[in-house]
Amino acid sequence: MLASGTCGFAEEINDFYDVSQLGGIFLKGTTPRNRDGNLYPRMAETPSGMLNAVGLQNKGIDYFIENIYPRIKDYGTSLIVNVNGSTIEEYVEVTEKVNELDNIHAIELNISCPNVKEGGMAFGVTCPGAEAVTREVRKAYDKTLIVKLSPNVTDVSEIARAVEGQGADGVSLVNTFLGMAIDSETRKPLLSTVTGGLSGPAIKPIALRMVWQVSKAVKIPVIGIGGIMNAADAIEFMLAGASAVQVGTALFKNPHIPLRIIEGVDDYLQRHNIQSVSELVGRLQM
Amino acid sequence: MGKKSVSDFEVTDNIRLNATNFLIKLKAPGSLPVVKPGQFVNIDIKNSTEIFLRRPFSIFEVDYNRNTLSIIVKVLGRGSKKLTEIVPGEKLSIVFPLGRHFSYPDKNDRILAVGGGSGLAPMLFLAKESGLPADNVDIIVGARSAADHVEISAYNKYGKIHLTTEDGSLGTKGFVTDHPLLRNELKNYDKVYACGPEGMMKAVAGKAKKAGVFCEVSLENLMACGFGVCLCCIEPTVKGNSCVCTEGPVFNINDLKWQI
Repeated sequence: MLASGTCGFAEEINDFYDVSQLGGIFLKGTTPRNRDGNLYPRMAETPSGMLNAVGLQNKGIDYFIENIYPRIKDYGTSLIVNVNGSTIEEYVEVTEKVNELDNIHAIELNISCPNVKEGGMAFGVTCPGAEAVTREVRKAYDKTLIVKLSPNVTDVSEIARAVEGQGADGVSLVNTFLGMAIDSETRKPLLSTVTGGLSGPAIKPIALRMVWQVSKAVKIPVIGIGGIMNAADAIEFMLAGASAVQVGTALFKNPHIPLRIIEGVDDYLQRHNIQSVSELVGRLQM
Repeated sequence: MGKKSVSDFEVTDNIRLNATNFLIKLKAPGSLPVVKPGQFVNIDIKNSTEIFLRRPFSIFEVDYNRNTLSIIVKVLGRGSKKLTEIVPGEKLSIVFPLGRHFSYPDKNDRILAVGGGSGLAPMLFLAKESGLPADNVDIIVGARSAADHVEISAYNKYGKIHLTTEDGSLGTKGFVTDHPLLRNELKNYDKVYACGPEGMMKAVAGKAKKAGVFCEVSLENLMACGFGVCLCCIEPTVKGNSCVCTEGPVFNINDLKWQI
């Protein structure tokens, strides 16, 4: 599956190949109304990764429903709306509208965006915050509810347990790590917001550890995210306990990487004489 | 097959043009689609943890018979430096064709193309593709000094080439905007195009706006993906924040929020 914020609204990837080959696409984070996002510069390359400070630029849920959804709804892959808001009421507002869309069978509740001043990660770094927003969104949504967790916490397992307790059907982790970059020559930060979210292979070992911890702490399925670049990475996340994985920043490097991962996982299953990837989930040999 | 692709191109030539500029020619694995001036390729510069993202380069020349395209690489940072160390025979992963191209001139138009630094690449490509007689095309190319200019006399057949240098060592002394064609004669043109450092493009855009002449510029904001998903290369426009990679890199100056 493709991670939110790295694959637009699926059309941009469909320009390269037929996206029905993919397991699912988590669409760009969507808010109740238009957001311009943060000022340029919003990106800095870092060793084996990058920082971004986009700040949830999107045209709002109504624009999505009227203009984008009709064009993508029959793409033949699972489309998941990434739901955002500054307040619980805003999260619920977006959720209620998505609930009416026949071809969207799941939402990803984003309580982990590090690049917005209000909402976003603020809900995802405390158990009461995560519980409150999950509880209200759960009431407003009949289908699959996935909660995307922030790694910028002391114990991500606690947050995962908190959202599980409020009826989440699954958790996805990790969102980006809060980081920063400085130009030593100019002595200035490289991002307009000073700090941003770190992604890419640089974060993979930490993401893997968090997925492992969370998968032991909850009974609901875990979706692994964090620097996955190839089939071996994807399999590592599954061994650590992820039932599925999302590929994100790798798409910037090459939008074909998810197809290579699918092929590579199939090849792995054949080589190891395994029938289904589900037999790999959590099968870390200790 | 989608409208965009990722392919391994073979490097056929890597020619040093001067102290900082290289011409790299790349052969496609199959037939090239039609590419137009202002469009770009995004190149994976491999084997380095320090260079994680691709680097975008304007297309300079296309040869549909040989299925090659070339770029001019100016060494600016770690990515461009590493790329210029490539040797013929090596392969590069290329995402292409990307971006919106310059508006083609109308028949009988008079056009002025202004290039600074490696920004001359799409300007020469445009002059060649314009389909106009050379008398209708003026090209101003600016550089710091004579040593920073590259040999482009082959393009004389597509337009009159005018050189400027900041130190006066070749052509008109000063910035491109000090050239008489930009100082006094802008109203003689139907369309003005510019590609180069932002300060240069803003100066050209300011003069074009004052003269009421159509003007397009090509921006080079930092980008991660190159195909409109990361939303990192945004530029404020009359339509809100636009992606330079998909809604540009070519913009009409009237659509930009530049203070000019």
